[in-house]
Amino acid sequence: MKVKQISIFLENKAGRLAEVTNILGKAGINIRALSLADTTDFGILRLIVNDIEKAAKTLKDHGFTVGETEVLAVEVPDRPGGLGEILKIIQDAGLNVEYMYAFVERSSDNAVIIFRFDNVDEATRVLLGKGVTILNGGTLYSL
Amino acid sequence: MIWDPKFESMPLPQLQDLQLERLKEVFERVYDRVPFYFQAFRTAGIKPKDIKSLEDLSRLPFTTKDDLRDNYPFGLFAVPPSDIEEIHTSSGTTGKPIVGGYTHRDIELWSEVMARCLTCSGTTKDDVVQNAYGYGLFTGGLGVHYGARRIGASVIPISGGNTKRQIMIMQDFGSTVLTCTPSYTLFLAEVAAEMGLDFSQMKLKSGNFGAEPWSENMRAEIEKKLDLLALDIYGLTEIIGPGVANECEAKDGLHIFEDHFLPEIIDSTTGKNLPLGEAGELVVTTLTKEAMPLIRYRTRDITALIPGLCSCGRTVVRMKRIMGRTDDMLIIRGINVFPSQIEAVLMQMEETEPHYQIVVERKGALDELEILVEVNERIFSDEIKRLEDIERKIEKEVESTLGISVKVKLAEPKSIQRSEGKAKRVIDKRVF
Repeated sequence: MKVKQISIFLENKAGRLAEVTNILGKAGINIRALSLADTTDFGILRLIVNDIEKAAKTLKDHGFTVGETEVLAVEVPDRPGGLGEILKIIQDAGLNVEYMYAFVERSSDNAVIIFRFDNVDEATRVLLGKGVTILNGGTLYSL
Repeated sequence: MIWDPKFESMPLPQLQDLQLERLKEVFERVYDRVPFYFQAFRTAGIKPKDIKSLEDLSRLPFTTKDDLRDNYPFGLFAVPPSDIEEIHTSSGTTGKPIVGGYTHRDIELWSEVMARCLTCSGTTKDDVVQNAYGYGLFTGGLGVHYGARRIGASVIPISGGNTKRQIMIMQDFGSTVLTCTPSYTLFLAEVAAEMGLDFSQMKLKSGNFGAEPWSENMRAEIEKKLDLLALDIYGLTEIIGPGVANECEAKDGLHIFEDHFLPEIIDSTTGKNLPLGEAGELVVTTLTKEAMPLIRYRTRDITALIPGLCSCGRTVVRMKRIMGRTDDMLIIRGINVFPSQIEAVLMQMEETEPHYQIVVERKGALDELEILVEVNERIFSDEIKRLEDIERKIEKEVESTLGISVKVKLAEPKSIQRSEGKAKRVIDKRVF
């Protein structure tokens, strides 16, 4: 159920993001979703890619600091109020969302949202219990 | 192991007699032969016959770095030019360098004190010394070279830089002793790790590291990463180069070879001698040098002499590792800050690497001190708040040590410039 995300430390300097994407592009790695969080000093780039191992290794070889985290790719009904329903389940269960971002592709008629929970196993249990669809890695990368 | 027990372990009363005898000699020599000193002593109203005890030393005027600059290049030489066998200069990058001249006997002396230093770290004639100090005008390279030759060890005069080749040669030639700056050892470790090499597979057993201030925590890091005994060596071009002092295996201070280099500690503001054990500026009088003897030379290095005898059997006095330089000292909002204090804090935190840079800026009327620290995989997180927590944690640690607020900024790995010589730790952007 869990999907692996890679994260990269970036200083707030011109061209760093372009450099990461170029390195991945040259290695034939496809970026499926991304989110960039930033402060005045630095940023953290989070990526869902089609080949985690290769992406992490390639970036490390280029001197970047790379981390791997488990996140959930959740199907959200693509209509007004769809995300609200999911968030209500999360809120009622007292689950803590560290951050979230949208996936580019749709899964049949649904949007896909990447969630980073502090307790991923508990979140999986709650969401599945409420009939929410969580995509696995294989399905996600082939969308 | 002690290279020359007769002098290094001389009973103190005998050592003091020897120092007094040599002090009288050198005083008379510079009085007769160096116009600068003749003038200085006349102004102070002191003649050679006035030196009756070692305490009389404190009546003599100081020699400063400015005096050396004013008499650039050879104005303080006490021998005719034809007696000079070698000339070195300091590694300073701004303006005219500091010059050091050596007669034949001075080179012999240098070889002798450097043999003592290398013996402190256990070097014998069976060792292979990889000397990664720069050869050339800088005293580090040739100083170690002469000492290793005196002991009869095999020297690899590889000089500084070309790190991958250093590691290859270290492996292939089976180097057992390494000499370089402490910051360079960590760079070597980093490059070796990239090459997939492990220092436990190498034959290195000890190293004499110096030419820049370092800390106890950095020693622990170096000893762990390079799997060797890391000892501090001290010296300066003006006095002789490396060879003025070295730690022994007790790692409890550097033995100053005071039969040749007579130390004092003074308050750098008032110029008054400080009681034994108190920290202040190190002042050195060369007792035996011929070419350029210096009387009460103000080194600008800050340390303290350690009372009591060392367990190693040497009787010559010990000084603490250099805590900073009077001219490196940053005054931030009225507080004295030494880069070495910041380094000590970073080194004891498990989160941080010893690669850092200090940037001082004046914003409005206030000085701001920013510390760049490289992020590594141990501390990296995909969550902003965790990284910010680490910044805050380092800030708090540094603040509690220095007593002033600082800003810590995480930087990408390897983004802080590595130095193959002396690391540039401080960038002071303030305009006074």
